[in-house]
Amino acid sequence: MIDLAVVDLSRLQFALTALYHFLFVPLTLGLSFMLVIMESIYVMTRRPIWRTITRFWGVLFGINFVLGVATGLTMEFQFGMNWSYYSHYVGDIFGAPLAIEGLMAFFLEATFVGLMFFGWDKLPRVGHLFVTFMVALGTNLSALWILVANGWMQNPVGAAFNPDTMRMEVVDFMAVIFNPVAQAKFVHTVSAGYVCAAVVVLGISAFYLLKGQHVGFAKRSMTVAAAFGLLSSLSVVVLGDESGYALTDNQKMKLAALEAMWRTEPAPAGLTAFGIPSMEDRHTHFEVKIPYVLGLISTRSIDKPVIGILELVAVAEDRIERGVIAVDALEKVKADHTDMAARAQFETVRNDLGYGLLLKRYVADPRQATPEQIKQAAWDTVPNVPLMFWVFRIMAGIGFLMIGLFATAFVLCTLRKHETRWFLRLAVLAIPLPWIAIESGWLLAEVGRQPWAVEGVLPTFLGASSLTVPQLWTTIIGFTVLYGALAVIEVGLILRAVKKGPFNQHDIVDEPQAEGEPAVA
Amino acid sequence: MELPLDYTTLRLIWWGLLGVLLIGFALTDGFDMGVGALLPFVAKTDEERRMVINTVGATWEGNQVWFIVGGAAIFAAWPFVYAVSFSGFYLAMFLVLSALILRPVSFKYRSKRPDKRWRSMWDWGLFIGSFVPALVFGVAVGNVMLGAPFRLDSDLRSFYEGTLLGLFSPFTLICGLLSVCMLVLHGAAWLSIKGEQGPVLHRARAIGTVAGLLSLVLFAVGGLFIAFGDIGFRITGALDTAGFSNPLRTTVEAAPGAWMDNYGLYPWMIIAPVLGFLGAAAGLIGMWRRSPALAFGGSSASAVGIISTVGLSMFPFILPSSINPQSSLTVWNASSSHTTLFIMLIVVVVFMPIVLLYTAWVYKVLWGRTSTAALKTNPDLY
Repeated sequence: MIDLAVVDLSRLQFALTALYHFLFVPLTLGLSFMLVIMESIYVMTRRPIWRTITRFWGVLFGINFVLGVATGLTMEFQFGMNWSYYSHYVGDIFGAPLAIEGLMAFFLEATFVGLMFFGWDKLPRVGHLFVTFMVALGTNLSALWILVANGWMQNPVGAAFNPDTMRMEVVDFMAVIFNPVAQAKFVHTVSAGYVCAAVVVLGISAFYLLKGQHVGFAKRSMTVAAAFGLLSSLSVVVLGDESGYALTDNQKMKLAALEAMWRTEPAPAGLTAFGIPSMEDRHTHFEVKIPYVLGLISTRSIDKPVIGILELVAVAEDRIERGVIAVDALEKVKADHTDMAARAQFETVRNDLGYGLLLKRYVADPRQATPEQIKQAAWDTVPNVPLMFWVFRIMAGIGFLMIGLFATAFVLCTLRKHETRWFLRLAVLAIPLPWIAIESGWLLAEVGRQPWAVEGVLPTFLGASSLTVPQLWTTIIGFTVLYGALAVIEVGLILRAVKKGPFNQHDIVDEPQAEGEPAVA
Repeated sequence: MELPLDYTTLRLIWWGLLGVLLIGFALTDGFDMGVGALLPFVAKTDEERRMVINTVGATWEGNQVWFIVGGAAIFAAWPFVYAVSFSGFYLAMFLVLSALILRPVSFKYRSKRPDKRWRSMWDWGLFIGSFVPALVFGVAVGNVMLGAPFRLDSDLRSFYEGTLLGLFSPFTLICGLLSVCMLVLHGAAWLSIKGEQGPVLHRARAIGTVAGLLSLVLFAVGGLFIAFGDIGFRITGALDTAGFSNPLRTTVEAAPGAWMDNYGLYPWMIIAPVLGFLGAAAGLIGMWRRSPALAFGGSSASAVGIISTVGLSMFPFILPSSINPQSSLTVWNASSSHTTLFIMLIVVVVFMPIVLLYTAWVYKVLWGRTSTAALKTNPDLY
């Protein structure tokens, strides 16, 4: 039987390292493109202030970038370390986007990033801008391939189980690349990264303006952040990844869970603005509903119903029963791989094999499962509803706040009222918000995927490596201590760089003419 | 769909590409690690240390991608190897990753503050981030040659029955030290090309020469272990090179001395160990005669030779099992599907030349020795 303590610790380990990695990546994604914008203005106007602006934000980019790289190393290898059966089971599909990411994106970003910092005096202006652009391109392509991999876990298209190799294998690679869930996730995730960077630039510029320091620098930076942030925050909300929620049973379950919608609602369904969902009662207390809205958003129609949790559990129960037949046929093929009758039977139910495997949590041989165990396993397909309900509301709420923040910033910058003090204070206070939204979004996507590592294909608890509890604690504690120390050092260095200001990072004295000049180039 | 390359050929190509990626890693990130391992010993003053760090400062990041792409390519093309080895060598991997995590931050953060203790802390971070992975990689390769204590059940789930300390034996320590010496020689050779003439290069030359000598000795001793020790495996049953990737369908037995078989079957393979020796010798002479080109060419050739020797000696094995030879992973039973290998080959054929092209361009832009004078005028340097 599977050791559930090992599974839980493996999940904790993955969650910690992924959440931590994702503290740094969004800023890298967004700031890289903001550097391109700032440097483009420098190349076009040739005004040195824009070079100073680019280089200052570049310093913060660099401090943040290395931690993204350092923590990314762990990500690349821990599938094999902690999720060894997962790696075997889906490596034929899942490994490909990761390898393409390395070859196409990470090489690009990492090779050019050194030149971006060291090449200011070795390259002509346009040449250096090209290098900065390559870094931004590499960073963003990197996100594309990682989300193709992640999107496949959410919606495993283009693959089928092969009983001879006991794993999933590719049948249609184009379907894996053009997976609609992956596409939606990519746009949503990189937009969130852009918002994150815009909030940081806006917040730090606001800090300078409040203190009356580096005014010319801060106003220009603020203007770039306002425009970039407004576009990105609109994109992140409007192009949210809800478009995938109609596609698969698990995606439907995710939608029902984040809405805490226990029963199917007649079309068009209402959106629950508030409520206290309870897993025990299978009911949401104190519901406050806004009519029609959910149906419009999630089905883009007024006549399609949104399916509730109870109905989806009933679907899962049917699929588990067929899954038991699949497990039975597979055992026969394993015993004799020339058994054609068993192979033919397996073909008819192969899509439900994963559901049969859900039973392995309760019984070593799913064919011995009792009806109660089947019911229990069917209820396992419901993720943690209260958690989903709240992280969704936190994420979406902050998303709307961001639109408000950047719309205000944009108006103020257009009116040249950069120094509106109440707004500047708000902008500084807003700095942590995008991280809260982003980490909530990660929890929503990945907790919402449970109990599956790969939706409908491989339950999470089967994916873990055959490790021991002490081994896992060693790495959890080790990584936490190491990561914790590095996080403190990183924040310290960023604060130090902010304190030194844009004109003292490098001992080059930029012309002071820009200071005190209200016009924005 | 009928693919233009058959499964057997694709498996062979991907076995070769695995070697290419490992060699790429050793040749590029190898000198970064060598330089990092040398840092506390060749550079005494802060200025010297900054000079040494900046010989690799702008390019180490791209070089490290060889390691990451290597890991991902194993995942994509050899999922069994990825799954079994990284979960099996769990704590060793943890050690390597923790050390490697120190490297990016040490480069970037070291010169952000002026105080001495801060800088010295990151210098040691660089040393650990270079020395520990170099040692553990070598030890890991040694263990791969000995066979790892894992078995596969009928679901092809892997169970590992070894410990962290069990990884260290006389043979694997020789492999670990060889890996360190090979990369230190390579790093010293890189410094002789890229560093400023002076006391640092004198010290690097002394240490590099010793590392070159030790490389020769350790490589020879390792060879004796392979030839006369209790090491090696052989496929005994029928072999279907285009069969399904299911290790349990191959029969394998432990066969001491079998790692020498290939040199009898395919005598041309002797080129690899010869290159390992000649390269190290050339590197040694290059260090001694103060010829940076010969030193670096020699250390590169020796890395190519030594890594190829491991791969060719074991062929077609990739990761044998010491406790259940039946579970051993080979070129013919541990790959991805025919389709995935083909798609990934196209990706490599398209992108690898592009990567090499822009990498070469970046090195060209940054060409020239790193000088201590530049440290005072160029604020971008670490």
